[in-house]
Amino acid sequence: MATDATPNASSESALPALELKGLSKSFGGLHAVRGVTFKLMPGDRKAIIGPNGAGKTTLFNLITGIFPSSSGQVLLYGRDVTAWSSHRRTALGMARTFQVTHLFPKLTVLDNVLLAIKGLRPSKYVMWRFMSSYPDVYEKAHGLLERAQFMDRKDTEVRFLSHGEQRQLEIVLGLASDPKILLLDEPAAGLSSGESVEMSEFLQGLDPKLAILLIEHDMDVVFDVASNISVLHFGEMLESGPAEQIRQSAKVREIYLGTE
Amino acid sequence: MKPELNGRNVALAMAFAALVSLPFWVSGTYYINVSSQILFYAIFALGLNVLVGYGGLVSLGHAGLFGIAAYATGYFLQAGFPHSAAILLALVVGIASTAVFAFLALRATGIGFIMITLALGQIIWGLAYRWISLTGGDNGITLHGRPAPFGLDLGSASAFYYTTFIIFLIAVVACAILAGSPFGAAIKGTRDQPRRMNALGYHVWAIRFWACLLSGLLTCVAGILFVYYNQFISPQTAALTASAEVLLMVIAGGPATLLGPIVGAALVVIVKNVVSGYIERWNFLLGAIFVAIVILMPEGLVPGTVRLWRGGLRAFRRRRGIVLAQSAEPKP
Repeated sequence: MATDATPNASSESALPALELKGLSKSFGGLHAVRGVTFKLMPGDRKAIIGPNGAGKTTLFNLITGIFPSSSGQVLLYGRDVTAWSSHRRTALGMARTFQVTHLFPKLTVLDNVLLAIKGLRPSKYVMWRFMSSYPDVYEKAHGLLERAQFMDRKDTEVRFLSHGEQRQLEIVLGLASDPKILLLDEPAAGLSSGESVEMSEFLQGLDPKLAILLIEHDMDVVFDVASNISVLHFGEMLESGPAEQIRQSAKVREIYLGTE
Repeated sequence: MKPELNGRNVALAMAFAALVSLPFWVSGTYYINVSSQILFYAIFALGLNVLVGYGGLVSLGHAGLFGIAAYATGYFLQAGFPHSAAILLALVVGIASTAVFAFLALRATGIGFIMITLALGQIIWGLAYRWISLTGGDNGITLHGRPAPFGLDLGSASAFYYTTFIIFLIAVVACAILAGSPFGAAIKGTRDQPRRMNALGYHVWAIRFWACLLSGLLTCVAGILFVYYNQFISPQTAALTASAEVLLMVIAGGPATLLGPIVGAALVVIVKNVVSGYIERWNFLLGAIFVAIVILMPEGLVPGTVRLWRGGLRAFRRRRGIVLAQSAEPKP
């Protein structure tokens, strides 16, 4: 979008969008994440895989600032945001979706998107004007819904959408803030195989400049969307590499894909 | 926006006309006074509704805030301040206290929030009872006369009624705008999905804090009207039963609606003042009404009535459709 063009956009693109340096988190004696170092460049499509309990969602919560980290750093465009709260990180261009759908079930699809767009505007706390007096917000919402092919269902309350549609809307809400980094926590969780294919296509159709970090169990979605895969095991980065290398790796097969 | 001529707007216009002309068709100052009471309790309930209905934060300490504003007015008047200064100072004291309340109570949500507000409310009640040099203890504070803004004496029942009515209208319009504003949407969002709101870039704590302050502002306005209405304030005003009463107004009428708290306030005030003249055990009656509301329309009187009305209308149309279809069938 034209309004997002910042004068130093070129210098920004040389920096990694997201960088983790020795990030760790322990809950008491449990070391959920241990010394994870990771880089995500603008436009990268990377995935993190790993068995249940490997610390994937904890890692996401550290990146987004839901939990404070025990040690290590989180950098957004070279800026240390380790001590920042999550709504400030969002303002810097990070958006996430949740493993369990977190939508506003009693609001319509359009109202969900309006709320998401307002999230990063200073006028979000205005209490003396009606929401409907901001035509630019409506315009943007319509644009987003158009691209996601949700226009025909914009006045449907979200609780009446199918699970697959809700998972897609979850991502539309993430996109509403014009993020530069999108963190997807199992976007295909609970989807049928047909819906998973739709989800893969939906993700591949997103803006190529957007950096995407994906946690997913559905390997078809991972191999379709991500070019680079990292394997997390007991909180540690076991192996990182191009999708093909991970598919071939004996170690990864052993712990995750299963030995046949 | 063009006003539409539908059932809802006609009903609202009629209610407005009835309230404007109330002192002319209601006989006796007693009923005019009851109407004033309904209106300022409605402001109180609208204030609590901002927190309970839109914010999803149930407070059991609002009578404490209501009491603080009322006591502050009484105290400053007793100290010799003019009415305008006393009212302004009472608002400042009330909102500052709300900020302290909110700061302490917002460390938690859900049951935790209820318990902290309950405790804070009880502290205020205890102070009202025991801090005799400030509050007069059990004897309370007696006011001497109502203000006379612009030479208009508010001593008479209808003058006070109209003043309350104007403030009530301002409160209703303010709440209507708030509910439709971006901030209103944000409050409701933090009620339904705080984690998502956080991820969308909203400062959830700040939104809740502001919701508390707005709720406190309306509560304090109602408290000041209350103390001028009774021209007397005692610890009973800040008691837990008073907090529970206003919460019941909101829940019975329909939380997160504009009309619900107003209808709830009317119900409680009428049962308490008018029906209690005929039935000694009016508390029992009020309890029975609440049980009936909870069973028949758990979402509250206003949304419940709308639901039953629409359902009834549909059933009526369907039945009429069947009858018409039967009569249209050719007879053998």
